[in-house]
Amino acid sequence: MEISQAHDPVASLRAALPDVLHSVTEYAGETTLEIDAKNVVEVVRYLRDTQGLLYNFLSDISAVDYYPDYSQRPGRFGVAYHLYSMIYNRRIRVKIYLDEDAPEVDTMTTLWPVADFLEREIFDLMGINFRGHPNMRRLLLSDDWSGHPLRRDYPLGYETVQFSFNAEQIMKHKPFAKD
Amino acid sequence: MGVTSKLGNLGVVTTSLDVAINWARTGAMWPLLFGLACCAIEMMATQASDYDMSRFGMELNRASPRQADLMIVAGRVSRKMAPVVRQLYDQMSDPKWVIAMGDCASTSGVYNNYALVQGVDEIIPVDVYIVGCPPRPEQLIHGVLTLHEKIKQDRISDWATSSEMLKA
Repeated sequence: MEISQAHDPVASLRAALPDVLHSVTEYAGETTLEIDAKNVVEVVRYLRDTQGLLYNFLSDISAVDYYPDYSQRPGRFGVAYHLYSMIYNRRIRVKIYLDEDAPEVDTMTTLWPVADFLEREIFDLMGINFRGHPNMRRLLLSDDWSGHPLRRDYPLGYETVQFSFNAEQIMKHKPFAKD
Repeated sequence: MGVTSKLGNLGVVTTSLDVAINWARTGAMWPLLFGLACCAIEMMATQASDYDMSRFGMELNRASPRQADLMIVAGRVSRKMAPVVRQLYDQMSDPKWVIAMGDCASTSGVYNNYALVQGVDEIIPVDVYIVGCPPRPEQLIHGVLTLHEKIKQDRISDWATSSEMLKA
C-alpha cells in the first residue's frame, strides 16, 4: 500500500475546519491543539481519518482539575485526548476545557471502543460526564461512592494521623468492628 | 503440647478438656487462602519450604472460608474490598481468628486516604497485629505463635459468657 506524504496537522485542520482551533502550543516537540468542547469528536475524527494525518490510535484520555484558580483558563476542567499515528510515528494532543457546573462532553466511544474504560475512569474520579457513553458507571470505586476523589476540592485524608499526643482522642472515635 | 502426664505404657493420656481442645485448635489451624497485596508474597514465603508454616500445623490454606478458621489479612484493604472481607469473615465457621498482617492491615500504614480502610479492625475483630512493611516470615510466624498462646488461654468456662458462642 502506498503511504501518502505526511501533512502538517495544524495547517490541514485550519484548512478543513476553519474556526475550530483556539490555539496551538508547541512545547518540547509536542503539539497541543486547544479546541471547543462541542467540536471534539469532529476534530478527532478528522485527525484520525484524513490521509496524511491518520492519528489512528487513542493512547489516552486524561482530565485535569484546575481548581481553585482557573481564572486564566476557559473552564475548571481540562480534558486532553492523546492521539498517536502508527503510520507516521508521531503524536498530537487535543485539549478542551469544561465548565465547573455539570461538566459534559461527547463520548469518544463512537470512534474508538477503548475510550469506554478511559471515560468511565474519568467519570469515576473526576466527575465529568460523557454524553452518549454506552455504560456511564463508576469503574474503580464502588457504586455507592459519593463524590469524585481526584477533584481538588475532595477531602484528602480520611483520618487524622495518630501521634502519641492525640492517639487516645482518635481511638475514641475510631469505628471498631463488633463481632 | 498440652499433654500433662502419661501413665505407664497403657496408651492413656490424662489432661484437662481445655488443654486438649486448645491443643487441637492450635495444632491444626487452617488459614484462609486470601492475600490482598505485597504482604501476601511474604505469607507465601512463610508457607514455602524455607520457613514452612506446616511446622505449626498450617500446611493447608483453604480456598473456602467454610473450611478455614484463621484469616490472615495480608495487605491493604480498600473500601471497595471491605464488604468482601467482612463477608468472608462471616462465612468462616466458629471458632475463628484474625491476624492483621503488616502495617496496612493494622492501621492502613502510609496510606492515609479516602480509598483504604484505616485498619481492618474497623470491619472485623482482630486478634493479633503484626508490624512490618511487609513483615518478614519470622514476624508472621511469631504472630501465629502469639495467636497460639492466646488460644491456649481459652477456657471452656468462658464460652458460656463469650458473645461469639452465645450468638452461634
